[in-house]
Amino acid sequence: MAPSFTYPFTIGVIILFGVLIYKAVKWYAGFTKYDKIRIRKGFFTRKTLKSIKESFNDGLLHVSIFRRNPMLGYMHMSLAFGWFLLIIVGHLESVITMGTFRFPFYYAVFLRYFNPLSVHPFSSEIFKHVMDFLLLFVLSGVSLAYFKRINKRLFGMKRTTKLKVPDKMALTSLWFIFPLRLFAESISAGIKHNGGFLTQPLGDFLVSILNVYTWEYPVWFAYSLSLGVFFVFLTSSRYAHIPTEILYIFLRNYGIKLKKKYNTYTNVQVYSCSRCGMCLDICQLNDANIHTQSVYLIKRIRNHNLTDDVLFNCLLCGKCQQACPVHIDINDLRITQRIESTRQYNSSYDYLEEMEAISSKVVYFAGCMSHLTPGIVQAMKKIFAHSGTSYWFMDEDKAPCCGRPLMQAGQYDAAMKLIETNRKAIYDSGATQLITSCPICYKVFKEDYHLKNIQVLHHTQFILKLIEKGKIPAMPTGNSFVYHDPCDLGRGSNIYEQPREILRKYGTLIPIRKEKENALCCGGSLANIKIDMTERDAIKKHALDMYFGYKPDMLVTACPLCKKTFTRNNIYPIFDIAEIVAATITQSACRKVCEVAEVENML
Amino acid sequence: MKNFGFSVKQTRVIDVDTFDDSLLKYVLANESSFMCCMYCGSCTATCSTGNLIDFNVRKINLFLRRGQYDMLANEIDKCMFCGKCTLVCPRDINLRNTIMLIKKGIVEHKNGKK
Repeated sequence: MAPSFTYPFTIGVIILFGVLIYKAVKWYAGFTKYDKIRIRKGFFTRKTLKSIKESFNDGLLHVSIFRRNPMLGYMHMSLAFGWFLLIIVGHLESVITMGTFRFPFYYAVFLRYFNPLSVHPFSSEIFKHVMDFLLLFVLSGVSLAYFKRINKRLFGMKRTTKLKVPDKMALTSLWFIFPLRLFAESISAGIKHNGGFLTQPLGDFLVSILNVYTWEYPVWFAYSLSLGVFFVFLTSSRYAHIPTEILYIFLRNYGIKLKKKYNTYTNVQVYSCSRCGMCLDICQLNDANIHTQSVYLIKRIRNHNLTDDVLFNCLLCGKCQQACPVHIDINDLRITQRIESTRQYNSSYDYLEEMEAISSKVVYFAGCMSHLTPGIVQAMKKIFAHSGTSYWFMDEDKAPCCGRPLMQAGQYDAAMKLIETNRKAIYDSGATQLITSCPICYKVFKEDYHLKNIQVLHHTQFILKLIEKGKIPAMPTGNSFVYHDPCDLGRGSNIYEQPREILRKYGTLIPIRKEKENALCCGGSLANIKIDMTERDAIKKHALDMYFGYKPDMLVTACPLCKKTFTRNNIYPIFDIAEIVAATITQSACRKVCEVAEVENML
Repeated sequence: MKNFGFSVKQTRVIDVDTFDDSLLKYVLANESSFMCCMYCGSCTATCSTGNLIDFNVRKINLFLRRGQYDMLANEIDKCMFCGKCTLVCPRDINLRNTIMLIKKGIVEHKNGKK
């Protein structure tokens, strides 16, 4: 018969595993036939090993958090890895001490209370010190966690999420578990002299001040209770991420995707969120005092109270995705929710007619946004003319939109109609290269058009190729540049180096603190439907202040929308990369004319 | 209707007694900047859809204010959502949100929620 103080723990574990098994079965049943095949086939491949490795790195050691803030990383690691080791080593100790596997599952947790006669006294001696060390390790993390509640800025965090009732219950019990364990083990050590370097001296001290015999049982009960409460509230609180995150890592590695639908995988991702709040401080919407960050989105999906104001108020810049220690595919998750939310009102675009394609090897699609910044289109025309490229300017006069703004708004079916029309025109032209000036278009051409045998290039890639072939002159202008990475080109399409290489040929490129993966968004993103212009201006202002703090001669970007946003209401010199290149073409052409004139004068 | 001795085309009549402004109220409640429209036509001039076919953003405003929801539904479906109108608007009206709200409002109106 088990002592009654083990009941809370036992009940907690039974409830926890009951809920976990129920969820796992429900989620597995929710996967499509193909996803189930993916899981089954992936299981006996290297992907499983990779997942185990990732689970170890991210679930236990918390490597991604370490990279961001070592103190925060240590806190998470000591709690997760320390506790994991306590469980493993604790069970090992029980097995070795008793020389058998046949003992109740709660035995290892309360081993110091039961204090069985050891069959290997020497190894028991070592184990109790190891266990004390591990307990100390976890306690260091717990004390950091207490400390974090008082002053989170020391951990590099400005804001954290608000807690709900289950979160508070789980958090409080979690805070009590390890101090109570220390207390309970010390008391038992005081009575039974079975403690290590930490619990034995503390136990001896407690013996001198307390009546340990009356205290022993209640303290062990409290320890058991705190464990039980934590397990009961684990699945309904944010700590559900502990088991779900591991599942998510495996599913992600098996190649499961959302596929534009709310499904089981959405739930897996939502439950994997630990609400650590890494996505809060990094989000530029803070500059405009908007609080619709990813963690709130995920929380609302989980609580089924998602509103349009939260869902559509996001720039989809992808910075939170980069920062997420669980690697949740946040942008995809958000777009999928948008698709679900707007499914009822997709347009048919019946009026779209087939475009008359002009046959050409190179097709240029400037994009709607480029038409609002005619300087870019003019620059591209000049570059095409100077390099002797013959091309078809697909949307010079009229053409449908590329479809990505619709996609970002969740109107996926409607966007496909535009995509079909454009794709047909591109194929009809017999093109081998499709060049665009707009990263928004570039991303959709690359990812959703599925253009076979057609190379999709952003104009930065195209210009770099021309320079390398010597078709346009690269001449230093003596200017210094700061380069702004457009979200869809940088984080969205992994094009970081080509624009920088071009700029280095035309002047000096100033390295800045927030660039490449950590680049700022201009604030103009079409993905945000709810934000108003003053809020956009606030975001823009912060970005511009940062850039012009480096005192460059000009700010250079590679996106018409970024340029349009930045140039609104200010006097800073901001150019597109194509304009920088095109300007030198004019100069070189001018110089030639001048030289000819001078020679003629001399004659 | 009182007979004044001349005929009135039914399509040009707005019956104040049965006038339904629920959608307009819904849109304005959620996107108040739409109130500032001064019908300058910048949105219409830059519109990618308007470049392809007969489509006029100001017409949408008019249909909405007149409560002509059938025509509005027809018209609003043409928008390609590229966002140029929002960028050129001198009154900083968030037109993309307005259009999304109208689209959503029409569906909910049909379903009888509004």
